[in-house]
Amino acid sequence: MTTRYFGAPVKRNEDRRLLTGQALFIDDVELPGMLHVAFLRSQVAHARLKSVDVSAALKRPGVVAAYTAHDLGAYWQPGPLLVPPPPIAGIVFNLRTQVPLAKDKIRHVGEPLAIIVAESRYLAEDALDDVVVDMEVLPAVVDIEQALSQASVLVHDDLDSNVSAHVHQSRGDYRVAAARADRILKRRFRYEHGISSTIETRGVVAQWDARASQMTIWDTTQAPVFVRNGLAGVLGLSERQVRVIAPFVGGGFGPKIMMFYPEEVALPWISMRLNRPVKWIEDRLEHFFATTHERGQIHDAEMAITGDGRILGIKDVFLHDGGAYDPYGLTVPINSQCTLLGPYVVPAYDSTFTAVFTNLPIVTPYRGAGRQHGVFVIERLLDLAAHELQIDPAEIRRRNLIPADAFPYKNEIIYQDFQPLEYDSGNYEPVLDKALEVIGYADFVGGGQAEARALGRCVGIGVACYVEGTGIGPYEGAKVQVQANGKVSVATGIGTQGQGHFTSFAQIAADQLGVDVTDVDVVTGDTDQFYWGAGTFASRGAVVAGNAVNEASRVVRQKALKLASDAFECSEDDLVIADGKVSIVGIPEKFIRLGELAQRANPMRGAVKPGTEPGLESTQYFGPPSGATANGVHAIMVEVDPLTFDVKILKYVVVHDCGTVINPMILEGQIHGGVAQGIGNAFYEKLSFDDQGQLLNASLADYLLPTALEVPRMELAHTTTPSPLNPLGIKGAGEAGAIPVGPLFAQAIEDALQLKQRKVELLEIPLSPSRVFELTRGAREEP
Amino acid sequence: MTPDRHEIAVTVNGMAYRSTADARLLLSDFLRHELRLAGTHVGCEHGVCGACTVLLDGIAVRSCLMLAVQADGHELTTIEGLATDDGALSPLQTAMHDHHGLQCGYCTPGILMTVTAFLEENKSPSEDDVREALSGNLCRCTGYQNIVDAVLAAAAAMRGVAP
Repeated sequence: MTTRYFGAPVKRNEDRRLLTGQALFIDDVELPGMLHVAFLRSQVAHARLKSVDVSAALKRPGVVAAYTAHDLGAYWQPGPLLVPPPPIAGIVFNLRTQVPLAKDKIRHVGEPLAIIVAESRYLAEDALDDVVVDMEVLPAVVDIEQALSQASVLVHDDLDSNVSAHVHQSRGDYRVAAARADRILKRRFRYEHGISSTIETRGVVAQWDARASQMTIWDTTQAPVFVRNGLAGVLGLSERQVRVIAPFVGGGFGPKIMMFYPEEVALPWISMRLNRPVKWIEDRLEHFFATTHERGQIHDAEMAITGDGRILGIKDVFLHDGGAYDPYGLTVPINSQCTLLGPYVVPAYDSTFTAVFTNLPIVTPYRGAGRQHGVFVIERLLDLAAHELQIDPAEIRRRNLIPADAFPYKNEIIYQDFQPLEYDSGNYEPVLDKALEVIGYADFVGGGQAEARALGRCVGIGVACYVEGTGIGPYEGAKVQVQANGKVSVATGIGTQGQGHFTSFAQIAADQLGVDVTDVDVVTGDTDQFYWGAGTFASRGAVVAGNAVNEASRVVRQKALKLASDAFECSEDDLVIADGKVSIVGIPEKFIRLGELAQRANPMRGAVKPGTEPGLESTQYFGPPSGATANGVHAIMVEVDPLTFDVKILKYVVVHDCGTVINPMILEGQIHGGVAQGIGNAFYEKLSFDDQGQLLNASLADYLLPTALEVPRMELAHTTTPSPLNPLGIKGAGEAGAIPVGPLFAQAIEDALQLKQRKVELLEIPLSPSRVFELTRGAREEP
Repeated sequence: MTPDRHEIAVTVNGMAYRSTADARLLLSDFLRHELRLAGTHVGCEHGVCGACTVLLDGIAVRSCLMLAVQADGHELTTIEGLATDDGALSPLQTAMHDHHGLQCGYCTPGILMTVTAFLEENKSPSEDDVREALSGNLCRCTGYQNIVDAVLAAAAAMRGVAP
């Protein structure tokens, strides 16, 4: 196989459609007779629902139907558990999942109470005003510490506390480590994460075709196959009768992997009931509380360390805000627990978390999926240790890195994929070296910073390391098929939300089959095109589906060579596959086009040999034994205005190792975007709730996303340590950019304002200018 | 209630349209669902994200902050009008492709329209000028860097110089 495309910065096949306004997004689906759906949502966080009366709404012209929870009858069911808790001894997990419409109790602002179906979206939204709701408002559970007090009201009345889950994992013996330590550093850390804020909100279109007994659902989901399976089950249909299409999706970042959202469940039911197509498009206000969030954790963590800065052990006890329901299991806090260990040797680790129910929107993974929280804790502990022990912050990290000869490295605790956390491969020190070199660390620390300070400038530097578990199972598949016109079709079950799958998968197939990359047509996210799969999450698309595409393409290549060798009556070794044809080595005029071989593989008459499979196609599956671990180092140089606390990023460097790279252009784009979201998380974005669970900044004018003025130019560099867990050696990269930005900001701002010398520690995220002002207000003026 | 309907005559991408619409219909919904020009995207419907930006008589406006009736008698350009009739991409569209200036592509229509108007006014922008011009368009995928590079390259191409 030649590698003409694999590893090259191939421009994207999907761009033309997107650049000319021809790509199909959910709200572009227009169907004859289509009705529009609006949801009445709770404006309070916690209440007992007494009655919902839609009779006035039904009288409004243009309204076709209106439903409450009681109208759903037996269809009203709590959603399924999407991710079971991993097999960890002693685990407590109280499953309480969301419902299509609140029936007896309201548990967060935005929970849907009633459905209006009308001839237009405008009319449907008008009629929301006609619905009469009677409820008894209850005090809301918002603060995760108070939620666990004896006096707290309960989010779920049938539980005896607000505990959603309790998990303890450990390796080694922390007590022994602590007894041997020269220092023990203990702090409380708070880390908030926000809402993914995809520019395209969520949406669902459902069309029931009664004559064909066929349901078609267009859905902005990251997991079309599981949505099909789940909806077929609740609708009383066979999977074959349900087709789920995830068309072009305007950003995912995690919340679109959440499944069986109330709207996703309601729309197909309405379409069957009315026998008309129905559409619901979430508006931005709804997106702020009807789409899942990621939010806060509070960590009480301590690090036992030697006088020369070597970690002996870490103990961490943390609380996790899970929101009103926990359908996504423990993925987020398990990621926090596991990712905390980072690229470091941590001989003893003792970690306990309690996930807490609150009267706030549901928490499910958002880019990073809890990894940020853990990375913040260990990186900040190392900074504190570096300061106490008078060791350079980069140096203390170096001393603790897992050595290159220690892989595969076993961390012993259980990861989100239910496997013991094992780092498959890595070479961490060169990544750190390169980051320090590109940011100019030695020059800055050795004089540049002092010169700037002499001029009155508050400049600081930060460096943070991380390991990212990626590419987890169970599996994905791909069907590769040569068409009669010579073009190659690749279909896979994952959805795509901008990651460039139409190009990266095409590169893999094009190299195997010797065709032009633009002649490979990739289909993702249509369950009628590819039946099986899990979805796009956990930085796994390129790793798992990419390897399935490679395997299927390889089999098709073998088939093509076999067919051609039969035709030419020569050995397959004498054949070359390139430029869309198979030819005899050294005799380029003796060739057969791939399209012709595809036609020959489907003969109309005559007999075939026993065991012959028609078509020039193959379907193959790939499932890795466990996840591949990528790693990286980010470095930042900032200047802080000491009066306004505005932070200007002078330089931003990412050095990253995600194994073999399919398309470096796409990879860099993923990193750029991740860092931008990380900057938003670290500095701008905060979901501000009041003590009754009202979101106070539910608009893009109030919840600040970084713009082109805030996101700096980034310098990227890569090292390559292939993963041994898949034939292509790929590791995932989707979340890496976003993960270590919080501790990087905290470290650099502390350095810029010389806060350690002023006895101020930045132990929380986000660090908006006003928050840094509050934290430093009482501090000593000068170091 | 009888809806307050109005006749609307607009030219979009050089094509004349006559239609009627409720007084309250947003221009974004009129373009997308009445004229079926769905290339214009809607992200926030409160004028912050910029995805719905179109050109009204050559000036970049947010079609979610305008009513369709306000466009009566005006000339509009949307993303569907940027390539030539034979399908050749504009220098900006080409540069966005060359520089990987889009990922999910949902904010892209607004960015293309904002920058198309901007490059009419400023033919030799600096990077800071470009970032300022882009600051009213939110993108969650790209981190903006490749968009900035694409805009600088498009400006150079339009001036006839190598970037």
